[in-house]
Amino acid sequence: MISLWTALLFIILAPFIGGLVSGIDRKVTARMQGRVGPPILQPFYDVGKLFEKENLVVTTTQNFYVLSYLVFIIVSGALFFAGGDMLLVIFAFTLAHIFLVLGGYASYSPYSFIGAERELIQIIAYEPMIILTAVGMYMVAGSFFVSDIAASSLPLIMYLPGVFIGFLMVLTIKLRKSPFDLSTSHHAHQELVKGVTTEFTGPSLAKIEIAHWYENVFLLGVIFLFFAFSIPLALAALVIAYLLEILIDNTFSRVKWQFTLRSAWIIAGMLGLVNLAVLYYLAGGLLP
Amino acid sequence: MTYLTRSPWILHYDASSCNGCDIEVLACLTPLYDVERFGILNTGNPKHSDIFVVTGGVNEQNREVIKNIYEQIPDPKVVVAVGICATSGGVFRECYNIMGGIDRIIPVDVYVPGCAARPESIIDGIVKALGILEEKRARMRQPDTGKKATGGETV
Amino acid sequence: MIELAFLIIFPTIVAFLLLFISRGAFRDSVVKIAALVIGAGSVYLLIRYYNQGLVLFSAPFEPATEIMFGIELIIAVLLLYLGIRYRKYLAVVLVLFQTALLLLVELVLLSDAHPETNLFIDQFSLIMAMIIGIIGTLICVYSLGYMETYHTRHPEVKDRRRLYFFMVFVFLAAMFGLVFSNNLLWVFFFWEITTLCSFILIGYAETHEATNNAFLALEMNLLGGIAFAGALIYVLSVDPTGGLLEIENLLASGHAIALIPAVLLGFAGITKAALMPFSSWLVGAMVAPTPVSALLHSSTMVKAGVYIIVRFAPVLTGTPEGLIIGLIGGFTFLLASAIAISQSNAKKVLAYSTIANLGLIVACAGVGTYKLVWAAILLIIFHAIAKSLLFLCVGTVEHRIGSRNIEDMSGLIIRMPKLAVMMIVGIAGMFLAPFGMLISKWAAIEAFIEAQFGLIFVAILAFGGSLTVFFWSKWMGKILSFDPNAVGEEKSVKVEKWLVLYILTGLTVLICLIFPLISSTLIEPFVLAVYGQTARLSQDNLIIMAMMLFLLMIMPFSMLISGNNGKKVSAYMGGRPTSPDLKFAGSMGITRDVTLTNYYFNDMFGEKRLLMTGTALCFGLILLAGVILAGMIL
Ligand code: SF4
Repeated sequence: MISLWTALLFIILAPFIGGLVSGIDRKVTARMQGRVGPPILQPFYDVGKLFEKENLVVTTTQNFYVLSYLVFIIVSGALFFAGGDMLLVIFAFTLAHIFLVLGGYASYSPYSFIGAERELIQIIAYEPMIILTAVGMYMVAGSFFVSDIAASSLPLIMYLPGVFIGFLMVLTIKLRKSPFDLSTSHHAHQELVKGVTTEFTGPSLAKIEIAHWYENVFLLGVIFLFFAFSIPLALAALVIAYLLEILIDNTFSRVKWQFTLRSAWIIAGMLGLVNLAVLYYLAGGLLP
Repeated sequence: MTYLTRSPWILHYDASSCNGCDIEVLACLTPLYDVERFGILNTGNPKHSDIFVVTGGVNEQNREVIKNIYEQIPDPKVVVAVGICATSGGVFRECYNIMGGIDRIIPVDVYVPGCAARPESIIDGIVKALGILEEKRARMRQPDTGKKATGGETV
Repeated sequence: MIELAFLIIFPTIVAFLLLFISRGAFRDSVVKIAALVIGAGSVYLLIRYYNQGLVLFSAPFEPATEIMFGIELIIAVLLLYLGIRYRKYLAVVLVLFQTALLLLVELVLLSDAHPETNLFIDQFSLIMAMIIGIIGTLICVYSLGYMETYHTRHPEVKDRRRLYFFMVFVFLAAMFGLVFSNNLLWVFFFWEITTLCSFILIGYAETHEATNNAFLALEMNLLGGIAFAGALIYVLSVDPTGGLLEIENLLASGHAIALIPAVLLGFAGITKAALMPFSSWLVGAMVAPTPVSALLHSSTMVKAGVYIIVRFAPVLTGTPEGLIIGLIGGFTFLLASAIAISQSNAKKVLAYSTIANLGLIVACAGVGTYKLVWAAILLIIFHAIAKSLLFLCVGTVEHRIGSRNIEDMSGLIIRMPKLAVMMIVGIAGMFLAPFGMLISKWAAIEAFIEAQFGLIFVAILAFGGSLTVFFWSKWMGKILSFDPNAVGEEKSVKVEKWLVLYILTGLTVLICLIFPLISSTLIEPFVLAVYGQTARLSQDNLIIMAMMLFLLMIMPFSMLISGNNGKKVSAYMGGRPTSPDLKFAGSMGITRDVTLTNYYFNDMFGEKRLLMTGTALCFGLILLAGVILAGMIL
């Protein structure tokens, strides 16, 4: 059931794909703003540069948290692409983020402290929806294993439209896109400096960035699952979903955390749960 | 070319500028000049930056602040003084509270004069700074030469 | 059978012995030796019975029951006296009512009842016995040192340590009795003893608050006791020969007969486990000395409440009553987790988290499919270990820093590194993969999907689970933040306290490694015997979890290799220069401190508001169940 090869492929390829996606993201963003924008490979230059820099720390334990963050993001992504249990993937994913949060707390810096708290708020905002997504996939495909879900011939998206929209919503949070880029942001929002990443420099910051690439590839993988029955459609959906996220990023201004939490929960509750309930009771419980 | 010169992240600090130079610095980020073409980002966080862009002269209030920020930028780093105020104190030089240019406090690598400095010259200054940044990086690799503050370069 | 009797009688004897020992050193050694004997006894019990399945013993019914009846009357008189003395008339009324019911049972209904097999042991009892025998005794040993410090710290509290240790050992005996009894009448007796122990130990400090909270706990537990007595009366009126008093027979008798007593016992369990309308007693019980909270109010006594519900899960499953009990548990889990976010008092956070987890266990047991019962038992084990560890850590920290406020634990990793690491292990054990509690939550999610109306519970778990992430992580963050004002102050913690803490920390980690073994030798056979089928985690997942755990354990070693990389600079303070202890010059030249406080969201997750919602909701559900029950009886 678990395939090591795809996991290995993920570990090797994901940073490249993730970096490219982020490069394209920046280019498209620039074009939307009427700018030329950086080269597509810019994210790689950035990370390369960060590794050339000196590592400044407030406390050396920060290194440990960042490394753990990266490692567990890779573990959860690899588990996903190996076809492992979706719930376990989500739990590993949460664990990884807890490490990032602890790294933020560790430095006892006001900015990263508040960033860490906000990162936690984001976690509790998106986690229910992600679990409901996994549950929805289970209800349609009859298994929590990603390999089974991907192999299912049923079009998940037809059964789970509400869940999909809910997932797109939390994807905005996960991709750290405005209006939900509370804890840290790719843009120069100054209110929290750089939030949870404020106190990470050079190589540590590079690791966070790489982890973010891995994470994005994993999240795109989840979108893929909704359309796994037809690969061309899935690729189209990936592109459209990501472009939509960029558009949202560029058209909304940042909201308060209260709104983030409430809206994420309400959407998870309304769209996600109602979708599942309809599936559960009208379609006669579990599908084959 | 190394990665460093392809991805210079700047931190802009307004020491005691009249806001003239600040506006020009921000103008660099607008679509017309779009410095992100060169990978330049305005980070707003010393711990993430490579180039310290300062506008305005040093006064009693911000002397410590400039020093503090400079210390919190990881090596290799360069300082660009933008505007005549930042290079020498400019028209405010004689003021009771102005100590002079930024180089009174921290080593400055590139001076961009002008009142206000034009975006083109600011960008030019930053590109000059990249060369110095690269030099410093190379020197960082050989521990013995130390990290002596270099003399300035004027655009 | 001799082992069972030993485990019930030996702690009782020790208890009476301790009542007469006032010399500190002598008491210390007696408690330690007794703890060792009881611990060894329960391990022996495990080795002797782990592969034997359900074993019934025909213990003599007659004299034992009469002695118990006598003791119950004495207790009733004692409670009446205390109730009148402290003018708690509600308690008095409840005691009177319960005693009346009891007299009815003993004198009228029991006349020709002769249950045969009064003691039993099966894998579930064994698990409970291990929790009591190992964790319980560890906490006893810990409380030696704790109570010593407690009395030097609180000179205003009268030193009643003889009573304390008497009660604690009586309690251990009662817990053993409770899980070994096959006879409901006996279970009831032990049940009442634990209520008494809890009542007296909560009121230990004899302050106004302590007395009030003790009575609150007593009153709520008496309500449960009355429901329990109601179950006894019902059973005896259905079958005057008393054969159905035996739990095994009652379980086998099918829905038609067993459902009503099961729901009444479920109600008793809900009061004991402090689920939502009754949660306030457990929060109030936190005035007790911390080892009491660890022993009675998190790892064992409250587990008696869920124990009885899990026992009767096969009867409850698939019934509307079972669903209602499950919903009470589910809502309690959700709301108590939310309330925990707004609490800064560490013991209150632990209390609410305990309530939440008990709620989750009851939710599993109420819905009661075989997979859920499996998950519930796993939850009981993991929760008992991790939570007792956390309580003892908080107790130790409290005595060192003089506060149980989480905000005051800032930088604990510098101030008390060892203790902080233990606390982190305990907290991680409560909510993080690949540690224990999470495994069972995971299993619960998977099981609920297939259960009837399971979607409600899946949603509750999804939302409630993320709430728990929040309050545990922010606590962890507080402990781990490198507060520049922190200085080391770990010395002077007693050796035996360390020993207990080390063992519990070790157990928390160990149990995650060996839980597949526990599952396959104890839980699965039990579930199989009761339901005819059983649940387990897939092999692949187990391997992955083990790998994650391994990874987690080797990660800290990365600090040895790359740990000292990096030049130290102060935190970014908007460019403001700061002194090493994070003082900075404010705008008018005034020196200011940096203080960082966690978010508590009082307006969103405030205790008052949510408690009211929960009480109303769960009270409504209980009423609903009551109406259904009344309909069934009539
Ligand atoms: S150089 Fe001119 S524009 Fe720039 S800060 Fe000084 S006075 Fe203002």
